Amino acid sequence: MKLISTTRRQLLEGAALATIAGFATRRAHAQDAPRRLIVAADSEPRNLNPAMVASNGVFFVSSKIVEPLAEASYDGQNGLAPRLALSWSGSDDGLSATFKLRGGVTWHDGKPFTSADVAFSAMQIWKPLQNLGRIVFKDLESVETPDETTAIFRFSKPTPFQLVRNALPALTSVVPKHIYENGDIAENPANAAPIGTGPFKFGEHKPGEYYRLVRNENYWQKDQPKLDEILYRVLPDRAAAANAIEADEIQLAAFSAVPLADLDRISKIEGIAVVTTGYEALTYQLIVEINHRRKELADLKVRRAIAHAIDRDYVVRTIFLGHATASTGPVPRNDTQFYTSDVPSYPYDVARANALLDEAGYRRDTNGRRFSLRLLPAPYFNETKQFGDYLRQALAEIGIDAQLVSNDAAAHQKAVYTDHDFDLAIAPPVFRGDPAISTTILVRSGTPDGVPFSNQGGYVNSELDNLIDRAAVTLDEQARIALYQEFQRKVVDDLPFINVVEWTFITVSRWSVKNVSNNPRWAVSNWADTSVQT
Amino acid sequence: MDRAFRLIGRRVLGAIPVLAIVVAGTFLLLELAPGDAVDAYVVSTGGDAAMISGLREAWGLDQSAAARFGLYLTRLAHGDLGWSISFSRPVLDVIMERLPRTLLLMGSATALSFALGSLLGIVAGARPESLRDRSLSIVSLALYAMPSFWLGLVLSVVFAVNLRWFPLSGFETIASGSTGLERGLDIVRHLALPVVSLGLVYMALYMRVMRAAMAEIWREDFVRALIARGFGHARIVRHVARNALLPLVTMLGVQAAVMLGGSVVIESVFAVPGLGRLTQEAVAQRDTPLLLGIILISAVFVIAVNLLVDLLYVWLDPRIGSSGETL
Repeated sequence: MKLISTTRRQLLEGAALATIAGFATRRAHAQDAPRRLIVAADSEPRNLNPAMVASNGVFFVSSKIVEPLAEASYDGQNGLAPRLALSWSGSDDGLSATFKLRGGVTWHDGKPFTSADVAFSAMQIWKPLQNLGRIVFKDLESVETPDETTAIFRFSKPTPFQLVRNALPALTSVVPKHIYENGDIAENPANAAPIGTGPFKFGEHKPGEYYRLVRNENYWQKDQPKLDEILYRVLPDRAAAANAIEADEIQLAAFSAVPLADLDRISKIEGIAVVTTGYEALTYQLIVEINHRRKELADLKVRRAIAHAIDRDYVVRTIFLGHATASTGPVPRNDTQFYTSDVPSYPYDVARANALLDEAGYRRDTNGRRFSLRLLPAPYFNETKQFGDYLRQALAEIGIDAQLVSNDAAAHQKAVYTDHDFDLAIAPPVFRGDPAISTTILVRSGTPDGVPFSNQGGYVNSELDNLIDRAAVTLDEQARIALYQEFQRKVVDDLPFINVVEWTFITVSRWSVKNVSNNPRWAVSNWADTSVQT
Repeated sequence: MDRAFRLIGRRVLGAIPVLAIVVAGTFLLLELAPGDAVDAYVVSTGGDAAMISGLREAWGLDQSAAARFGLYLTRLAHGDLGWSISFSRPVLDVIMERLPRTLLLMGSATALSFALGSLLGIVAGARPESLRDRSLSIVSLALYAMPSFWLGLVLSVVFAVNLRWFPLSGFETIASGSTGLERGLDIVRHLALPVVSLGLVYMALYMRVMRAAMAEIWREDFVRALIARGFGHARIVRHVARNALLPLVTMLGVQAAVMLGGSVVIESVFAVPGLGRLTQEAVAQRDTPLLLGIILISAVFVIAVNLLVDLLYVWLDPRIGSSGETL
């Protein structure tokens, strides 16, 4: 009996000893701990194959495993740095593009990487299956592979090499032919556990908890990667990400996972850095989508009145807390190739907006209202939702009564892009370095129902359609740039949608993480040179 | 023993129509919600019309709601909960991975709230209207008025971010590779804050019910008789408390469903990958088979807990249900 009787003091002593033992074990582990970077992830993509699904959510994890032909670079020629391709050139007639590939590269399963993998990825995945590749590679007829390190793309119609080049970082992830050639590509298990050539191999995915990527010992860049492991910790709640980095449970939160409202506070904490670069090639745009089927909105004067009613500087200051720039048109300012400021402008001017609405024949009734409409802010970002609240007030100023309709992502997609059951919607499309990728689709007429982030407002402008079609086959780079500058002028003049602001994201990292944000797509690049100081 | 078997038999038979209504109702609600699994998918991936219609066909969403429901019921009759669209795995596997975590969270929170709540209820109810009773009432009212997610946020800022006594979130240290006792202790450390956040709010509820029941029983004749016979205060309190415990046991059953709801919020605040967060994901992804599976299993769980509570009730108070009809 005596043996098992325990006093309270003994219990406490036992607990203390256990705690000390726990710390000791942890310290012992810390000494031989892997060089591990823990990152916040807010979503778990169903498909991690970047060759099929070109999206930032997929790239965030998969770009460390599967590599593209080239990556965006601050100082490389045409803003590119080699990855699986060492060099690239286009023929003068726009009918072919030649890639010299890196030799001595192996897949994570040990098989050699060759031009056959590039040909397979291009013909079997990018062109027929990839969401964005279907545009850029639509006229790709074949890929010749004269030797293991050469891939020659043959196009049936002239395809601007400038477009192909601009598409390299996001649209050309190469996957292994030997893994994908048998069976249904969409159902291949490697879509969930990718096999690539990148600095990290896919380790495991515990749904709801984490992804683990492990060091590729045979990476072609001999001194890289600098990390042994990357852990993506699933933290769907943004406030949790801020707390987690503060508590040092994670070392890095990209894509503004830490809410903008927390940045000021968190930037003052010793050991934490707020980095505002590294997203230049991933600019998001805040736009007001317009349903042109609605009589009032089909009137250019009304669209211009709405554009005048929006105080872009106020939006930048209060919603984005300064982390955004007022837009001038459909191409963001930080695109050095295509951007022009030579477009009409709609400065904030409530009196002008009211006058335009009066001119259009929509006079205020006795309650001061002109007409009502339904406003659907996209639910993907805090800022799109907050801008919905702001726009409602801004429209009230000019006598337009906007009813806010809040939906979750699936319902928003159906309401706006399938059923066209909206008058105004707020969307955050991404600009990917070339207007032909994901920008022209916002105005091109004849988009089938259901296509997200597209012209589902029923806007038809044959002049703009014509311009888009001409730019798609114009080979001369300067002429192509001129066409897109004309495109910008026409879009801003006729306002098929209204550009409000453009923004990139913020990375919050511990000081111990090195080489953060050293290229314009850093969050979705391979992190081969990123390290953690212990 | 016979009574218990009869009770179980009746409850199992009675559960069948309840589950049928739950399944049909959930399916109908999801059908009425705008957007389907393909809409939810293309939001994150983009895509063109061909891809969208191809996906709808591949996932069987091009069929009518009646056909899909019929197919689901046929599978269910064979004990198959179906295939999760968003996880590309059998629904049962996905749920079974998450369920133990939620049960552990709920179970610990229930144990904490029941034990502490009834104990404090006894302390408060031992001398109704005393200073101790009033102070405890105020504290319990304040706790009960607090949303558990808010309490969770406050606790995590204080104990995880500032003091760093406990981990901020998760079910265990990720990819730690620990096993056995080490893993168990790690889970305890991770669950401490969520359990306290969830448990404290319900503790206040149990305490108030216990205290109210005791205050009521003090006025009963048998208590007066005990006092008249000169029993000591402590002994009388024991008698009062035993009688006051019954409504608490009833509440235990009722709270099973409510706590399941509460754990959805707490799992979100503390990033615990349990059934609550899975429910959120299933709704956001419009993953009908997964959501139906979760609701079905949750309903079975709530029915089972209520059955257990009734059995406990019978055991605690043999007068109840002795005729066999009332339960």
